[in-house]
Amino acid sequence: MKYLDEFRDSAKARILVTEIEALVSTMDVPHDRPLHIMEVCGGHTHSIFRFGIEGMLPKQIELVHGPGCPVCVLPMGRVDDCVSIAERPEVIFATFGDAMRVPGSRKSLMQAKADGADVRMVYSPLDALAIARNNPAREVVFFGLGFETTMPSTALTILQAESEHVTNFSVFCNHITIVPTIKAILDSPDLKLDGFLGPGHVSMVIGTAPYEFIANFYRKPMVVAGFEPLDILQSIWMVLKQIKEGRADVENQYARVVPDEGNAAALHAVSRVYELREFFEWRGLGSIDHSGVKLRDEYAQFDAERKFTIPNVKIADPKSCQCGEVLKGVIKPWQCKVFGSACTPEMPLGALMVSSEGACAAYYQYGGIKQHAAAE
Amino acid sequence: MCLGIPGCIVKIDDAARMLATVDVSGVRRQVNIACIVDEEHPVSSCVGDWVLIHVGFAMSRIDETEAAETLKILTELGEAQAELEAIHLSAAQQGGHAE
Amino acid sequence: MNIAPFIRSRPLGKVYVPTVTLSHGGGGKAMKDLIDDVFVEAFDNAALAPLEDQARFDLAELAAHGDRLAFTTDSFVVDPLFFPGGDIGKLAVCGTINDLAVGGAKPLYLSCAAIVEEGTTIDLLRQIAGSMARTAKDGGVEIVTGDTKVVQRGACDKLFLTTTGIGVIREGVILGAHLARPGDVVLVNGLLGDHGAAILCARGDMALETPIESDCAPLHGLIETLLAAAPGVRFLRDPTRGGVATVLNEIADASQVAIEIDEAATPIREEVKAFCEILGLDPLYLANEGKIVAIVPPEEVEAALAAMRAHPLGTSAGAIGRAHAGEAGRVTMRTVFGGRRIVDMLVGEQLPRIC
Repeated sequence: MKYLDEFRDSAKARILVTEIEALVSTMDVPHDRPLHIMEVCGGHTHSIFRFGIEGMLPKQIELVHGPGCPVCVLPMGRVDDCVSIAERPEVIFATFGDAMRVPGSRKSLMQAKADGADVRMVYSPLDALAIARNNPAREVVFFGLGFETTMPSTALTILQAESEHVTNFSVFCNHITIVPTIKAILDSPDLKLDGFLGPGHVSMVIGTAPYEFIANFYRKPMVVAGFEPLDILQSIWMVLKQIKEGRADVENQYARVVPDEGNAAALHAVSRVYELREFFEWRGLGSIDHSGVKLRDEYAQFDAERKFTIPNVKIADPKSCQCGEVLKGVIKPWQCKVFGSACTPEMPLGALMVSSEGACAAYYQYGGIKQHAAAE
Repeated sequence: MCLGIPGCIVKIDDAARMLATVDVSGVRRQVNIACIVDEEHPVSSCVGDWVLIHVGFAMSRIDETEAAETLKILTELGEAQAELEAIHLSAAQQGGHAE
Repeated sequence: MNIAPFIRSRPLGKVYVPTVTLSHGGGGKAMKDLIDDVFVEAFDNAALAPLEDQARFDLAELAAHGDRLAFTTDSFVVDPLFFPGGDIGKLAVCGTINDLAVGGAKPLYLSCAAIVEEGTTIDLLRQIAGSMARTAKDGGVEIVTGDTKVVQRGACDKLFLTTTGIGVIREGVILGAHLARPGDVVLVNGLLGDHGAAILCARGDMALETPIESDCAPLHGLIETLLAAAPGVRFLRDPTRGGVATVLNEIADASQVAIEIDEAATPIREEVKAFCEILGLDPLYLANEGKIVAIVPPEEVEAALAAMRAHPLGTSAGAIGRAHAGEAGRVTMRTVFGGRRIVDMLVGEQLPRIC
């Protein structure tokens, strides 16, 4: 597959690993304190595990898996809201696949579907709009989930619905923004990070300028990274170079897809349709100011929160759930007290075990090797 | 959400609604191309473009030059490494150190 | 033993209404007509003809084929009923033939139990039965007994089929999931993931268009060829639901060996790869209905591959991994990129990712 296979080439991988090893050996990395590089984005976490990248890196580098998985940070209360909307007999609830298994306080969307709610998996919000067109007597609600990557697609779908005068379509908006997340991580006292791999597809929309505060204020290197394994390795190498040279810059490794200035059409649609919420709740991280968006008043007719009465109850995570600490990278998944025992993919306590890019699910499925090696 | 995949636009389905068909190694899907259309790239000119697809939307035009550049850096690194190897090997054979 | 040959004295019944109703399940004439018109007409064979409650076989004749009876059953609830490369009927017959064949048995006779939702068209049933009959003929088996029930609208999704099969295993053929040893090689007979991808695509939820077709096929012929060329084969299984990854985990566990897959060696169609990339699915967990996973001792691998590649259902056969004396029960994969990861048992269903 073009633009994919070339970036999975194992010969080039070996080249990069050699370069990384050579570079790291010239840096003074204490034995008990490896360099901590955080990949913010869940897509990177998945790629790292899928291709076994962590095992290829020298011991002086430790990858910290950040909270960039929008499914993982969905609070239980919001899942309950989804379920309550989905359980209405007139509603067809359309959602992306991996959101279906996140546990609410009573049930997940998957369980609601088994109990009779009309929950349908879609690949695109456009497909949800098509369902609305084809079912004029039903109310179709699309679960709008994701960072800035998916904000434009949801927004453009709403604009399309408006231009076609579709009245039975609305969005339950749970879009969140990446910058406050990164700031919360950087401000967290338990974390000492040396550099970041930036979210490639969020950046495709917002560009690279929004990350400048990381370099200028917090003095940490930030490399916007692609998702193929070569992209990730090259980005790690670029972060190391910055650390070695005492620099803190925002660099763009994914320039073939990410324009430095972002995407004008996407940003325009986003600013037309959404406004910032004062605060929004994140599973495991608590409430973060200006971290979520909601539909503007002009688009109230497409806002499921206004169309339907939802419980809107804040549900605390289960006491034993340590998702928050894992999300911030403070502890590794296997260090969570309930990892693999009370919390497994079959019976997840927290969202990190549900989403296939949650660090816990990834470790459970893919990563036992390093864990076992570490244990030996 | 990050699962984007490169695909090639093979035809325009509905210019007014900005819909096109994209092909990814033989798998096809209709996508919205509003984000990659501008004055320099009107709808009709998009056929043959390689784009990054995400949840049914073409979100970015893939820059062929940048892609080639990224790979070129790696190839050059590889050549540099190979040269270094060769130097070390010949030095080892001669029983001395390379300068 | 001389038994008077059965001669059918009455003509077969026919159904003249377009759809199935509850009266077709009532046990009376309507039901007899449905069974005659749809199933008996299509399956037509000597063992079925008497239409007794059971098919009867001479034990000595069965024993001529081998020394053990193999007996299997499967239910088929696939949606949609018709998909590129096949339908529920073909799937059912192949599935049961294959379940027998992977045990080293010669598949002989099948039963067919159908649960039909009222309102289903008779034509649809005739099409399915016809497909089953054709597949049975290709597979060298006969469908000799069956049952039909009709349920209320909504009580089942159009049509559910349960097929049970018997076959006989030749003397000396010993196959088992617990028999793999370190050094054994994992072979497959062709491209992986076609069926799973075809079905997901055919459901239409993702609005993807692909040329992918189900690989649904009866494998007894291929397996016979394989076992003749490589009699030391330890184990065979068709990787249906859960895919190759699941089967390998079962083998690793049963045999208490470790298995490593070489991702670069796994044969997967470009379109299936693309399909999986778009949805974030792993092709190793997709169902296959015309494939076998074979565990073969290293000294017989060449012969095994040559035999499979000479057969129409094995032209793309290849080695995809190896058992070794590592962590017992553990399946790992060397990725195309050169890293290594664990390939675990699937939990629940694979869901398309967006991230």
